[in-house]
Amino acid sequence: MTIDAKTSTPRRLKRIVSHVLLAAVALLFLYPLIFAVATALKPPGETFASPPSLIGSDVRWQNFADVFTYVPFHRYILNGLFVAGAGTLVVLAASAMSAYAFASLRWKGRDSLFLVFLATLMVPQEVLVVPMFLLMREFGWVDSYASLIFPWAFTAFGTFLLRQFFRAVPYELHEAARMDGAGPIRIFLRIMLPMAKPALGVLAVFTFINFWNSFLWPLIMINDVSERGTVPLGMQLFFGQNGNQWHLVMAAAVVSVVPTLLLLIALQKHLVKGIATAGLGGR
Amino acid sequence: MATPSLTTPAPPRPAPRGPAGKRRRKSPGRRAEQWSAFGFAGPSVIGLGLFTLFPVAMAVVMSLFNWPMLGDPTFLGLDNFKYLFGEDPNFGVALRNTFIFTGLYVPLNIIVALALAFWINNSRYAQLWRVLFFIPAITPMVANAVIWKLLLQPDGTFAYYLDSIFGISAPNFLADGRTALLSVVAMSVWQGFGYNLIVFSAAINEMPANVLEAARLDGATGLRKFWSVQLPLMSPAMFFATTMTLITSMQVFTQPYILTAGGPGNATETLVMNVYQAGFQSRDLGLAASGAWILFAIILLITAGQFLGQKKWVHYDH
Repeated sequence: MTIDAKTSTPRRLKRIVSHVLLAAVALLFLYPLIFAVATALKPPGETFASPPSLIGSDVRWQNFADVFTYVPFHRYILNGLFVAGAGTLVVLAASAMSAYAFASLRWKGRDSLFLVFLATLMVPQEVLVVPMFLLMREFGWVDSYASLIFPWAFTAFGTFLLRQFFRAVPYELHEAARMDGAGPIRIFLRIMLPMAKPALGVLAVFTFINFWNSFLWPLIMINDVSERGTVPLGMQLFFGQNGNQWHLVMAAAVVSVVPTLLLLIALQKHLVKGIATAGLGGR
Repeated sequence: MATPSLTTPAPPRPAPRGPAGKRRRKSPGRRAEQWSAFGFAGPSVIGLGLFTLFPVAMAVVMSLFNWPMLGDPTFLGLDNFKYLFGEDPNFGVALRNTFIFTGLYVPLNIIVALALAFWINNSRYAQLWRVLFFIPAITPMVANAVIWKLLLQPDGTFAYYLDSIFGISAPNFLADGRTALLSVVAMSVWQGFGYNLIVFSAAINEMPANVLEAARLDGATGLRKFWSVQLPLMSPAMFFATTMTLITSMQVFTQPYILTAGGPGNATETLVMNVYQAGFQSRDLGLAASGAWILFAIILLITAGQFLGQKKWVHYDH
């Protein structure tokens, strides 16, 4: 590149220094996570070694196995995957369908109803949890998976996001499909959904993560944690019971981080666009 | 593909019409479309009505009642609110703590995110840095908090390095009233700024090259370029980030719940913790609903203030 050819030595030096400093900052930033992995692999009793050391006298993979024998951690993971998976499916289906209705169909009351949808975005979860608890009791859903999935599966946010994508589909495409005799269902499935694939993907990943990380609501709803607890709830219980067993707590924390980390790596390319265009995810 | 955006919503478009622009009223096709629209919008409308609109209305009613978890509710009028602002020994403190948290967390979050966004954007590996700094933003908050709890123990890593590098004998971070809330803030900034980093980073990438070039030709460099050119150019992103961060920080719960359980005393108790305790530990659902409404009112006020104030500093015209 011409710019590189013109770059003088001090300038290049500056760039190298900037990168080295940046790497140092990143390492410092990641230290808590590195520290968690390191502690999870140390023998018990070496957590508070002084001076602090990341490497213990032994690398104990056994700690991770112990997490699963102390508490039914596999159960938390399966529960978490199930709740987040089912919740994500409901969110995607309901949002995509209503987004299509708001973006492409003509019907009475559409625009005013959409305003109501937008208004619900303002309501914080905390206002809803107290009455929602009563509602769940009426439904007989206290301490159930359904209570973790459905109350938060109808968000205006997904509708809003997907509607924006559907509106970008040219009207001529609709009209052509209609001329060919395609009904709304066919147009939705064959034209709209494939067009919105990137948006659906980003929405799916962030919805899944939000369900997976959710803490306040499961804390209120779930009594039998060993049966129906999700990972954050199980973590908290585990921590309460084994608070002094830091090496195991760290192993549990590391395990709970893995699925979200994998999703982040998978999402990586769409991350910036997803957040910049929609303000999605991450609380 | 058009890029929709929450910060600059697309202008409302009139309902799509036939190619001739004629509106055929009550034709059979139109009525069929009305029905299929009900089918498509139905699940969301019912779900949102049942799980959002109904609870919101219900929360208003509940806040006016003494509503025990078991037993019959009795009407109180505004007594719940009077109690919260008058007799409740914790609510005022929780309110104050939440404001202090927000006052520290939001500026720190924005400054760190902004500084790093500018820094990494010069880098060839910008994408790698973005992903790295975003990690704690999507890992479970409970896990993040538990890790920091260990680091902040009296004989933990932070205390050791504070002593060995700076020669300061560290307080018991989480149990000392002077440092507990600060520790919660520190952990939260570490956890949360990656999100705004990405928002800012995208905004920097979208700065129009011709404006930056014009500024360069005019001799604007360094701090002057930042204040007079770059910052105004990214003010919509700034507005979005501060508004969202303000809202979420008023709702802080998990970090203090895990790190300090609100202690020592009630030094780190927050509004949402207060709501949770009132409703699900003291089992006074009416009081919890009142607390939640106060939180909602504050969030609405802050958001309204942001929107009213944006004219002064947010520039959408570039």
